[in-house]
Amino acid sequence: MTALLEVRDLCTAFPSGQGALRVVDGVSFDLARGEVLALVGESGSGKSMTALSALRLVPKPGRVVGGEVRLDGENLMDLSVTEMRRIRGGRVGMIFQEPMTCLNPVVRVGAQVVEAIRLHEPVSKAEARERARSLFAEVGIPDPEARLDAHPHELSGGLKQRVMIAMALSTRPEILIADEPTTALDVTVQAQILSLLRDLQRERNAAILLITHDLGIVNELADRVAVMYAGRLVEVAERAALLEDPRHPYTQGLLRSIPALSAPGEALPEIPGVVPSPDQWPRGCRFSTRCPRRFEPCAETFPAETTPAPGRRVWCHEVETTEGEDAR
Amino acid sequence: MMGLEPHIWSNVMTVLLVSGAIFVTRVVRGQRLWREAAQALWQRRRFALVVVAVYVLIGLADSVAWKGGVPEGAMGVLPNAPLSLLDRAFLDSREASYSAPFADVEFYGGAPLRNPGKHPFGTDILGRDVLYLALKGARVALLIGGLTSLIAIPLALLFGVGAGYFGGRFDDFVFFLISTLASMPSLLLLIALIMVMGRGTVSVCVALAVTGWVGFCRLSRAETLKLRELDYVQAARALGVSETRIIFRHILPNLAHLIVITFVLTFSGLVLSEAVLSWLGIGVDGSWGQMIDGARDELSREPIVWWNIGAAGTVLFVLILAVNAVGDAVRDVLDPRTLRGQQ
Amino acid sequence: MSRGSEPLLRVSGLRTWYPIRQGLMRRTTGWVQAASDVAFTIEPGETLALVGESGCGKSTVGRSILRLEHPQAGEVVFEGRDLLALEAHELRAARQRLQIIFQDPMASLDPRMRIREQIAEGMQSFGIGRDDQERGERVAALLARVQLDPATMDRYPHEFSGGQRQRICIARALAVEPRLIVCDESVSALDVSIQAQILNLLRELQDELGISYLFITHDLSVVRYLAHEVAVMYLGQIVEQGPTDRVFEAPAHPYTRGLLAAIPSIDPARRSAAPAVLGDVPSPSDPPSGCYFHTRCPEVMDRCRSEAPSIVSLEQGGSRCLLSEPRTEPRG
Repeated sequence: MTALLEVRDLCTAFPSGQGALRVVDGVSFDLARGEVLALVGESGSGKSMTALSALRLVPKPGRVVGGEVRLDGENLMDLSVTEMRRIRGGRVGMIFQEPMTCLNPVVRVGAQVVEAIRLHEPVSKAEARERARSLFAEVGIPDPEARLDAHPHELSGGLKQRVMIAMALSTRPEILIADEPTTALDVTVQAQILSLLRDLQRERNAAILLITHDLGIVNELADRVAVMYAGRLVEVAERAALLEDPRHPYTQGLLRSIPALSAPGEALPEIPGVVPSPDQWPRGCRFSTRCPRRFEPCAETFPAETTPAPGRRVWCHEVETTEGEDAR
Repeated sequence: MMGLEPHIWSNVMTVLLVSGAIFVTRVVRGQRLWREAAQALWQRRRFALVVVAVYVLIGLADSVAWKGGVPEGAMGVLPNAPLSLLDRAFLDSREASYSAPFADVEFYGGAPLRNPGKHPFGTDILGRDVLYLALKGARVALLIGGLTSLIAIPLALLFGVGAGYFGGRFDDFVFFLISTLASMPSLLLLIALIMVMGRGTVSVCVALAVTGWVGFCRLSRAETLKLRELDYVQAARALGVSETRIIFRHILPNLAHLIVITFVLTFSGLVLSEAVLSWLGIGVDGSWGQMIDGARDELSREPIVWWNIGAAGTVLFVLILAVNAVGDAVRDVLDPRTLRGQQ
Repeated sequence: MSRGSEPLLRVSGLRTWYPIRQGLMRRTTGWVQAASDVAFTIEPGETLALVGESGCGKSTVGRSILRLEHPQAGEVVFEGRDLLALEAHELRAARQRLQIIFQDPMASLDPRMRIREQIAEGMQSFGIGRDDQERGERVAALLARVQLDPATMDRYPHEFSGGQRQRICIARALAVEPRLIVCDESVSALDVSIQAQILNLLRELQDELGISYLFITHDLSVVRYLAHEVAVMYLGQIVEQGPTDRVFEAPAHPYTRGLLAAIPSIDPARRSAAPAVLGDVPSPSDPPSGCYFHTRCPEVMDRCRSEAPSIVSLEQGGSRCLLSEPRTEPRG
């Protein structure tokens, strides 16, 4: 059975003084129906750009330079602009990080949701409004009928994000892409939104591509996790397996540097150095400049994909060699 | 000050200007941000920059003057009058009256010219070469744009930055001042000021500055309000830096790009305003506006004398076009987002 | 923990409200109650974390202490002197010992000045270092202390990454030899791996130089690592405070409990239960009646709507809640 979304060797490049820089470099993953896949990474990892590339929304002057994105077998890169527009918002919904900037400040929120619905389906205004109202109720907006006529600035951050979720769900998409959906929200509001997303996902059996830097959110929502660093995938695994037994040195370092896990007395284990900028990427593994387990081949050749366990993919020379040793 | 003759003044100012320009170039070369902006500008608008440079050179040529060295028999020149480089280039090109471009004879009457075929834009009613007059207007235009800005910009900064940074009563006062000025019809105010101060380059520049500083004042006030709240200004306050130092070290340098943009973009507006004043008869002597104004009568002659207004209009148009082109590019290049994003 | 000596900083009754001016004559029609009745102490060499969500007033408190805001009432006694009562020139001198590091590493540095000049700026105001050369040497030493290459001191801020800029800001604050540094969400804008580096640096500096921190943050996980004491704020008031361990292990206020429960856990075996604290934070210009938290409290009683818990309960029980109010009369 093919996955709902298949991404193969996706490459997105931006022009620069040093030639084209691939901010997304050969990323491949699957998203199955009803599954929540988290794309995790810090700033500059390329996780947001991957999602934008899949939807062909890469901001100029960047562009997708290679790879396929198959939605139900159909390659999105081959579609025309009109067909792509029907996919965006229709079969694939998106929730962004900053609800303040994604809602038109002079239009009432109900009207914006109605517009989204009517763009993709031939329904009457009244019908669309009724759908919007029931969606508002579903996402937990109190007094939904009245809220339909509110302007964005009259709503709090949490309510705006709920409106965004309602808008994304209004066209009954097969896939929901959530790009840092709770980063701009307070912790208590974040907890509510996460709980909402979890319930919605369960009820609708929706596939969600969740983009975040917060491993706590990953634990709350995701089924599988893909970790990115400097434009490439470094590890993909099932959620519990990744959090309990991370294989890639970057994932290990990331988990260790979360303060919640350390005892207050000792120093926090840190990953020394900084993420190299695209013009300073080494020829081989991009994490090699900061890796505590770096050895000879790391800086020169990029590690191949290894599968040390079913469902787990790692790109690391060291894991590769230990695997080889274990196998013997 | 009154004792010095005008041409000595002009020479001194020219020297100061040129040394000022050299100083600014050195500063720009030293700071990476400005250097890269200048390079980007050169890349985008080479042609327009060259055109503006040509005008500036012509203006400079007309600004350096000295007495003496007048050949015998040169027509229309007082032997002891100071003559600039430009004047000397067109020495002894005087005719008797109108002549058409590249003509051999006078326009009315057909009498032979002293310098046949040597006037690409013909001559005016007094027989002066029109190209020469048009080129002389360059200095006037540059003077108007430059001197006015030199008065208006510091004035606007004083009130704008002060109001934005200190707020309170001073802000209210500046607001009142701006609103009052903005509600007066600027043309009438201009006329009134020039009437009071008398005619002349300086009064025109002062009058234009007084009616024109409001826009930039508002802009610098708004920008200062924004800058004042930025963390690095707050940090400076926490570090015990005095308010004056903060304004000069943190606020003003971050307004520099706005100053440059404003200067370039308002330049053409000022030159055109002077043209209107000339049309009203209170402009600066020797300006293009005056040439155009003088052409009113000429256009009703039979046959039409068109080359006077043609020349003035052309050189005016070309300069404004070039300055506007450069101005647009300057604004793009100095956009703070571009500056910040240069990594 | 001995409290014999005078605390480094003692804040009491701090109130900073912003007037809302409307209309042509700019009359004050209301107040944004950013911070009310705030009181706490910080001992030398220790860290107090001020925690809360948006609109709780924690940043306002931090800035009010430095008089970057204008409090209406209260006392801020630093090294024995009330900062709010000082004249301008006395304040300038006092400011040397009290520094601040902001949240946004982009906005914290002047984009048009070299970092060397920015770090030395404070030294110049307070007369540290005889001449440019000596100041330059100090700048180099400071950069090394924050683990940056001293050779980069002539560069501009945009040539550094976010974490590096934050280190520069720390160096700038250290340059004037402060006793207390207010860290206003100083690590919130950084990636997790960089955050760890900066937190470690702050810890080392505290151990080595005995600097105290007022650490303002919304991220409770960071608090546990760095702070000795915690004060939780909601809508301008401190609702709970006490030693970090106590607050984390036995939170007394329902809001603190809700805050702790809301943090997504990374323990793969545990996923959070349904969130206890619902709804959104009310506006500070129109706070609810009685106890400010009653509109969202899962343990709300009828009393809470009309009766505001007093500060006394905070000082005695560590929590500003009617539920934990000590009984003043015997039950009968």
